[in-house]
Amino acid sequence: MNTSVNIAGVTFKNPVMTASGTFGSGMEYAEFVDLNRLGAVVTKGVANVPWPGNPTPRVAEVYGGMLNAIGLQNPGVDVMIERDLPFLKDFDTKVIVNVCGKSTQDYVDVVERLADQDSVHMLEINVSCPNVKEGGIAFGQNPDALFEITKEIKKHAKQPIIMKLSPNVTSIAEMARAAEAAGSDAISLINTITGMKIDIYKKTFAIANKTGGLSGPAIKPVAVRMVYEASHAVKIPVIGMGGIATAEDAIEFMLAGATGVAVGAMNFHNPYATIEVIEGIERYMSGQGIENINEIIGAVE
Amino acid sequence: MSKKKKIGAEVISQRLLAEGIMDLRLRTSLAEDAKPGQFIGVYPQNKSTLLPRPISICGYDRENKELRIVYRIAGSGTAEFALYQEGDNTDILGVLGNGFPLDKAAGKRVVIIGGGIGVPPLLGLAKELSENAASKPESVTMVMGYRNADTFLTDEFENYGKLLIATEDGSIGTKGNVIDACKENGVEADVIYACGPMPMLRGVAAYAKEIGAKAYISLEERMACGVGACLGCICKTKEVDDHSHVKNARICTDGPVFDADDLEL
Repeated sequence: MNTSVNIAGVTFKNPVMTASGTFGSGMEYAEFVDLNRLGAVVTKGVANVPWPGNPTPRVAEVYGGMLNAIGLQNPGVDVMIERDLPFLKDFDTKVIVNVCGKSTQDYVDVVERLADQDSVHMLEINVSCPNVKEGGIAFGQNPDALFEITKEIKKHAKQPIIMKLSPNVTSIAEMARAAEAAGSDAISLINTITGMKIDIYKKTFAIANKTGGLSGPAIKPVAVRMVYEASHAVKIPVIGMGGIATAEDAIEFMLAGATGVAVGAMNFHNPYATIEVIEGIERYMSGQGIENINEIIGAVE
Repeated sequence: MSKKKKIGAEVISQRLLAEGIMDLRLRTSLAEDAKPGQFIGVYPQNKSTLLPRPISICGYDRENKELRIVYRIAGSGTAEFALYQEGDNTDILGVLGNGFPLDKAAGKRVVIIGGGIGVPPLLGLAKELSENAASKPESVTMVMGYRNADTFLTDEFENYGKLLIATEDGSIGTKGNVIDACKENGVEADVIYACGPMPMLRGVAAYAKEIGAKAYISLEERMACGVGACLGCICKTKEVDDHSHVKNARICTDGPVFDADDLEL
């Protein structure tokens, strides 16, 4: 049975990854999960300098999901290079570093800083975080802005890049095409959907930032639809995410056109979710007589 | 330290302690690693919910693998827990957090201060301090604050030393808050351990400063992962720390217990 997939020249032992921001840099979940079994660890977003993030409360549960507005708190790329990458290097898995910034130059700084890091296999560019005021989603909601920043980052990146797209757009196909036209090697989607929760007794917002990104099983049908539309709009590989809890969910994304799949918020519900998804995909393959996982990618037209 | 895990637990018993306050005992191997001031995440079985509810450990019997949590019914998750009966099963995540630094108590005049649903973890602390020779304090005074006469766990605290009570309506003990009770009784301390709402903890930190004591306070915050990955539950610190490299500490893993001097309260 072949479970390996290829994304932009990088071979993953299986298509299952972690969604950025839900798995730290892998260290916190290494107590629960053998990281060697994962297709890839996708790290929490990292900027050129440390970011303090948003005030609390930063998280709130909603029906079938959660809102978060962490605000991309991160220790900066230097700490990632000194602490997180050496930790990850010891595992037989691929490492995708998620990169965030407030300006094009911020992104370029991080990408250049990571250029000589052999343990980084790909870069995922976060132009879709709904929780920071500058940068982030500002680049991810306009196809021209997305094209420009993708082109600029591509000039400086040594590793293949994955532009991570926001669902908070009118046409995901148009955004996917802009990323591809600018030279992105792959795209990942969806980031969280901007949401809001109000405490009716305290008469306040549940999240200090007022709005937060919705994730979890509640967003899965939206994500599957967008992965389908995006993967039919471009030739570059698509990494699908948004509410994946089980192998069945992951397979649905792959049938819709995803080459890779990421488990996000469900890590919080089930710290073993990634492994259970991998094992479930293998069971599905043997049950369905599928010899090569690549057969199911985009198999539903 | 043993590995954190998500694991099934069997309900041994559950009873109502006061209005909206439940006393739940679980059979779980996690009890073997529990320390006072740590917490567990309890997962509702309701499929519309995602996140574990962080609930402090009130007590434990390591030998019999019993873990006791005392919690307030505050939302749909805890309302579900309140229905659990003997023999039911639930999923828990743990053991989480650092716990109270017991070693700071050795030979010292210790005061344990709790307010509202911050009271339960202090019972485990009071018990441990009374039984653990290595951290035996010179004296222990306990000050617990409640809304009204509908108190809980007070009879058990009395086993471990002098107990002062404050109630908002004055129906028992000092009328007012725990700091009012400390002042009224001229409570002195070298070391204070506290858990309760943030305004109370600010008061505790200020009182500790006033009387020249060290304060170790347990914080709460909305959490998602409980294991230090999501950065949902941070508190502001005075110094940049090694993990975040900004002035944020993670309550779930760097805490929930902090030296009050390290925090921006």
